Amino acid sequence: MILRILRRLMAICIFGSLTFFFLDAAEILPACVSYLAKIQLVPAFLAHRWIIVVFLVFMTFFLGRFYCSTICPLGILQDIIARAGRFFSRKRKYTFSPAKNRLRWAVVLMTGIFIACGFSLALTLLDPYSIFGRTATNVFRPVYLSVNNLLSYFDTQSRVFPYVNPAVLSLEAFFFAFFVLLGIGILAYRNGRTYCNTICPLGTILGFLARFSLFKIRLAHDKCIGCGKCARQCKSSCIDIQQKKVDASRCVTCFNCLGICPTDALNFSLFSSGTKHSETHPDTDSRSSVTENTPCPPDGMSKRAFLVTLTAVLGAVKKGFSQPLEIFQTGKHPFTRSTPVAPPGAVSITHLKEHCTACHLCVSKCPVQILKPAFMEYGLDGAFMPHMEFSRGFCTYDCTLCGEVCPNGAILPLTQEEKHRTQVGHVVFLEKNCVVTVDGKNCGACAEHCPTQAVTMVPYKDSLTIPKIDPEICVGCGGCESICPVRPYKAIYVEGNQEHLRRKEFEDQKVEIEIDDFGF
Amino acid sequence: MIKMNRHDFLKSTLLGGVAAVLGGEELQAQSPAPCDMAAVLGGAPDEMLKKALEMMGGISRFVKKGQKVTIKPNIAWNRTPERAGNTNPLLVAELVRLCIQAGASSVTVFDHTCDEWRRCYETSGVEEAARKAGAKVVSGNDERLYREVAIPGGKVLKRAKIHEAILDSDVWFNVPVLKHHGGAQLTISMKNYMGLVWDRRFFHRNDLQQCIADICLLKPRPALNIVDAYRVLKDHGPQGRSDADVVLAKGLFVSPDIIAVDTAALRFFNQIRKMSLESVTHITNGELLGLGTTDLKKVKILREKMSET
Repeated sequence: MILRILRRLMAICIFGSLTFFFLDAAEILPACVSYLAKIQLVPAFLAHRWIIVVFLVFMTFFLGRFYCSTICPLGILQDIIARAGRFFSRKRKYTFSPAKNRLRWAVVLMTGIFIACGFSLALTLLDPYSIFGRTATNVFRPVYLSVNNLLSYFDTQSRVFPYVNPAVLSLEAFFFAFFVLLGIGILAYRNGRTYCNTICPLGTILGFLARFSLFKIRLAHDKCIGCGKCARQCKSSCIDIQQKKVDASRCVTCFNCLGICPTDALNFSLFSSGTKHSETHPDTDSRSSVTENTPCPPDGMSKRAFLVTLTAVLGAVKKGFSQPLEIFQTGKHPFTRSTPVAPPGAVSITHLKEHCTACHLCVSKCPVQILKPAFMEYGLDGAFMPHMEFSRGFCTYDCTLCGEVCPNGAILPLTQEEKHRTQVGHVVFLEKNCVVTVDGKNCGACAEHCPTQAVTMVPYKDSLTIPKIDPEICVGCGGCESICPVRPYKAIYVEGNQEHLRRKEFEDQKVEIEIDDFGF
Repeated sequence: MIKMNRHDFLKSTLLGGVAAVLGGEELQAQSPAPCDMAAVLGGAPDEMLKKALEMMGGISRFVKKGQKVTIKPNIAWNRTPERAGNTNPLLVAELVRLCIQAGASSVTVFDHTCDEWRRCYETSGVEEAARKAGAKVVSGNDERLYREVAIPGGKVLKRAKIHEAILDSDVWFNVPVLKHHGGAQLTISMKNYMGLVWDRRFFHRNDLQQCIADICLLKPRPALNIVDAYRVLKDHGPQGRSDADVVLAKGLFVSPDIIAVDTAALRFFNQIRKMSLESVTHITNGELLGLGTTDLKKVKILREKMSET
């Protein structure tokens, strides 16, 4: 009982904080909450945080699939959905199903082969934390932001519910995350931890280790009366009551079975305890109903799923119409960005692809919402990885948040100094689209927004000034591109760098100027 | 009866009692001013402000008991005060304090920032300083806070969406910082108006220098333009890219005449770096619209040099 409560408390704390960290529009939680993402197994592995990896493996040898039961946010999400399934249909019970070990190991093998070939897509698609992250960012967050904005309507100055654009950042990522959630959700609603025990490669590997764990759920043959109560409570479907066996490779040590057994035949222990005498409890119905009513938040998944779908679709539709049509048609010449712009700290697109599993934590946390999930910009193996997109804003010169929160080491943390010197891309000026040359009007918005003055205004003709670019000192923040008023094609844009470079140093010299007169 | 200048007198005669009901700006108290402009040199930002307002006849000439005051500093960029990208926080805080002392019922501070607004408010130090001094610091980066109004007399800009804090105020103060500006050459009081406006892209698309002049026709006009030239960005404005761009100039210019005060600030800037009045066309465009005069000989200026304590 204590074990169960303890596990639930921990799980809810970790899941709750991490989920809110993804949603948190008001930036209430500090960046250090990203540590909850950094203790996730795949990110820790990719970022070479070996202490975490060793600890989690050790815990698996000690307590079984502790990671799956307590730390993995997708696991807890499935538990909540499954709990809702039991809540709405009390007749719904779990049943034992034999292990699909061939499928499980085939997925592990495939993932391994993919990774060995330097193709991280498999891990992107299957890592449970990343699946959760994508769900939180692309499905839950637009819903949360819609509610948040509704509340901000009543208090336009609220710091707790500040207005944030709720539009889905990438339709592809939304649909992908939504259908994955739908699939895993339906499985969880009906049968509990199906994803964890048939597809999740992490589940398979940790399950293999868990077979050798010191503590595990053990069924005492001599005590078991074969009533099957435990099996009906087991969301991993791993208690075989015919054979009186618990499949430790699939048990996620949720402890839900422990209080159920009328004869106390189930134990979480070091050794099988077959001989220990214990009282039997003939009146077990009351007990199981107590278990039914444990304080786990009952949640209307069907209703919620409907709301999620509805709001997200609305958000998506809104996105389609929310861009006001700019009709300043001097930009007649289209351009193509041949290299996408990876966030500062990503080192290179290769480095990003090697480490990122598209959990979208950076996408959620980017305060100006310019980090967006790519679709095919990086190619198939870079699907859903973050890229900088400047249609609505530009990278804040002093902000280093994406690198601070990235759990995978895909976006390395940069100091402000380092970031100011990192060139993620370089500016390109298309004179034939510019309002100065086409319409003969002064503008200068690009130069105004350039933090390094890689774009400056120089005399053109009459009293006009025209942008002049110095790509060597450009950091690629996209200030110029985002503010350029020309449509449909802008007159200035940022071309990404495959390998991030160091921009040229400024040659400014501080000159002391004494002023002791008014000058007028 | 409150004394008024001729313009306001005519207006309120025409409008009769209606003006009194409509409130605020029509009835701003104007006793004969000691001067048209106060220029102070050499002090700390807050000390210079106190001095300048004394020279202008005291804050009570501009703020009456119970009035809603709005202060519009420049907080456009995510820069520290040392980098001179924004109005000095000490100056803003002191102005808040003076308004409250004069009996203002509320003092609101905002800007429509260019960088992400919460970061601008924090890094600039303006939010904390103003809030501690008793002001309400509000966001300018939400379209719902803006209302569309006509700009009568505007050559290019006929309508604009203006922040409600300005439209609903009884008195407002325009508190810019003097900076170099890549697009407009200089940004002073007139350019600071762009922070009242929601759709700034229109300005950039449609003759920036004329739009800046046009927007200054907006009613209500500021009671005073208070130009912070304590630290001056001489190059790479409006953001500045390094400490080398900043000059500790320790100046402050205050006037209700926006053209005169910007001309004075431009002359002051010329001691740091050459910049002709003709190149900052929004000032001359503004003069053509009758917003004030660039001829400082016609302006009664009181000058004061002090030393920073």
